[in-house]
Amino acid sequence: MTLNRRAFVGAAGMMAASLAAPTVLAQGKPRVVVVGGGAGGATVARYLAKDSKGAIDVTLIEPTRTYYTCFFSNLYLGGFKNLSDIAHSYGTLAAEYGINVVHDWAIGVDRDTKSVSLAGGGKVPYDKLILSPGIDFVDGAVEGWDMSAQNKMPHAYKAGSQTELLKAQIMAMPEGGTFCMVAPPNPFRCPPGPYERISMVAHVLKKTNPTAKIIVADPKAKFSKMALFQEGWANNYEGMVDWIGEDFGGGNVSVNPDAMTVSIDGEETKVDVCNVIPAMKAGRIAEMAGVTDGNWAPVNASDMSTKADPDIYVLGDASQQGDMPKSGFSANSQAKVCANAVRGALTGSRVFPAKFANTCWSLIDTDNGVKVGATYEATPEKIAKVDGFISQTGEGADLRRATYEESLGWYAGITSDMFG
Amino acid sequence: MGKRALITSLFLTVAAVSTAAATEELGDTDAGKVVFKKCQGCHQVGQGAKNKIGPHLNGVFGRKAAGLEGFRYSKSLERAGRSGLEWHADTLSAYVENPRAFASGTRMSFRGLKDAEDRANLIAYLRLFSDNPADIPEADPTAVGTDHSVDPEILAIQGDPEYGAYLSSECTTCHQIEGSDEGIPSIVYWNEEDFVVALHAYKENQRLHPVMQMIAGRLSNEEIAALAAYFKDPE
Repeated sequence: MTLNRRAFVGAAGMMAASLAAPTVLAQGKPRVVVVGGGAGGATVARYLAKDSKGAIDVTLIEPTRTYYTCFFSNLYLGGFKNLSDIAHSYGTLAAEYGINVVHDWAIGVDRDTKSVSLAGGGKVPYDKLILSPGIDFVDGAVEGWDMSAQNKMPHAYKAGSQTELLKAQIMAMPEGGTFCMVAPPNPFRCPPGPYERISMVAHVLKKTNPTAKIIVADPKAKFSKMALFQEGWANNYEGMVDWIGEDFGGGNVSVNPDAMTVSIDGEETKVDVCNVIPAMKAGRIAEMAGVTDGNWAPVNASDMSTKADPDIYVLGDASQQGDMPKSGFSANSQAKVCANAVRGALTGSRVFPAKFANTCWSLIDTDNGVKVGATYEATPEKIAKVDGFISQTGEGADLRRATYEESLGWYAGITSDMFG
Repeated sequence: MGKRALITSLFLTVAAVSTAAATEELGDTDAGKVVFKKCQGCHQVGQGAKNKIGPHLNGVFGRKAAGLEGFRYSKSLERAGRSGLEWHADTLSAYVENPRAFASGTRMSFRGLKDAEDRANLIAYLRLFSDNPADIPEADPTAVGTDHSVDPEILAIQGDPEYGAYLSSECTTCHQIEGSDEGIPSIVYWNEEDFVVALHAYKENQRLHPVMQMIAGRLSNEEIAALAAYFKDPE
C-alpha cells in the first residue's frame, strides 16, 4: 500500500509551512483529533467544527484525498452508479468548516503525552481523540487468503480500487463462468452488504452473461433480510444463485488464489472470480491505541468513549457498542452523539441524552429496494435496540421503487451531512 | 364465519386501535350531504361522478392514496400512496381535518374541517358511494373516523431550539438541511404547528412511513416541539 499520497490540506495556507510536522494552529483552544474520514469521522469532525463555531480546534487525519463510500459501492458493481458518483473530497470540510484535514496515516497513539504520530513524521497533540478507522481483516480468517492475494481475489469491502478491480473481473468472466463469494462471519460491516452485492452481480451477469453461475460460501445459517433477498433471487435471477450456508459446509472453505480454486466442504471448484470477504476487526489504529478488547473497541453507550481511556472515543464499525449494526448510518448517528458529548466536555456546552438510529437500504434489482431499520438508546451496559421495522416479502413494485428512490435521497443526505 | 360476524370483528378492530371517539355512532349521512357542499366546488361523488379540480370520490374507501388512474395528484400524495397510505375512515378523517398537516404538499387547498362531528357526518355520507360490506365482506367498515386532532396543550409547548438543533442531527442523516427534496422530503422552514402535527401523525401511526413512525414514535412532546422550533428557521 502506497504512502505517497500523504499530504496536507488545510483551511489556512499556514499548513503548508509545516509539511513534516503539522502542529495545532490555535494554541490554547481545546484540540480534537479525529482519525478516519468516513461516516463516523467526517461527521464528528464536521459537527464539532460547525457547532463549536471555532472554539475547538479540529484535525481530521485521513490517508486518502478521495473517499469512496462503501455504501452504494454495490450499486457501482451493478451498473447503477459510476465510481465518481460515490467519490467525495474533503475540500468543503477544510475550506468552509476550518477543519485541519491531514492526508496521512496515523501510525501510533501515545496516551501518556496525548498525541498521535503520523507515517509522514511528526505528532499531533490532542485533548480528545476520536478514532473512526473502519475495519481491517483478521489474519488467516480464510485459509489460503491473505492481503497479498487481494488482487487475484479481491475483498472489495473497502470501496475504491478494490471495487473497481472486482467489477473489471466480473465483466471479464468467460461465458457461463463462475463467480464465488466467500461471505464473512458475524460481526461484520454492513450486514446486508454481501447479499446486496450478490444481487448486483446477478443483475449484471443476467444481462451480459446469463449462463454464468454465482456461488456463495457462507459460514452463517442466516443473514440480514434473508427472506427478502432469497425471494428476490428466486424471482429475478432464477437458478443463478447457489447460497451454501453453514448447514451445508459454507463455513468450511479454503481458497487457492494462484489456481483460482475454492474448496467448499471438501469439494474443489474452479472459479473465474472469487470475492473473499474475510472476518473483520477494528481498523488497526484502535488496536495500536490499546483500546481494543479482542477484535473491537468496547465503548460506553452514552458518549462513545472507550472503556479503556475516557479521552479516546471510537465510532462506527470499529466500536463494540451493543445492538447497532456496523453501518455508515450507525456511524453517522454515533458521531452526532459523540460530537455533542465531546463539545460539552471541552467547552461546557449543553449535553443532551444519546439517541441513535439506523436504516439500511438494499437494492435487489432495478427499482426494487428494501430496507430495515431500528432506533436505539444508551443503557449503562450498551446501545440497546428500542424498536424497528423491515420491508415485507411480496411488496408491490410501487413500494419497492419508492424505497429505492428514498435510498437515493438518503445517500444525498448522509454524504452532505458527512462532507458538508 | 358469516358476514355479520366479520363485520363485527372489523368494527372491533377499529375500536381497538382508536384512541378517541371510537365508540361514536356512524355519522349522519344527511348531515354529511350538507357538509359535502364545502367540497363540491372541486369533488363529485355519486352516479356519473367525474374528476374535476379534485378526483371523484366514488369507491374512495380502501383505495390507495393517489390511486385513481388519469388524475394528476401532488407528489406528496403520490409518495404517500407508494408508501402504503390507503383511504379509510380514520385516514380520511385525519386528512380532511387538516389536509396540509397530513400531506404537506397536497394540492387540496382546503383549510380543513375542525369539527369532529362534521367529519363523521361527511365520512358517513361518502361511505355511501364505496363498496358495501354486505356485498363485499372485505370492504371497509362503516364506523366513523377517529378524531386525530393534536391536544392544544401539546401544540402550546414552547420548543427549545438548542435542544432541537441537537435532535435535528438525527433528521439530517436523510433530510438535507439545504432543503433538497429528491427522494426524501424537505423539512426546513416549516410552520411550527404543521411540523408538530405532522410528527404526531407519525407518532400515532396515522402517517404511514415506517422510518418516520420509528423516529417519531420515541420523540416526546417536548422533543417534537424542540424540533419544530429549530426547523422553522435552522440558520
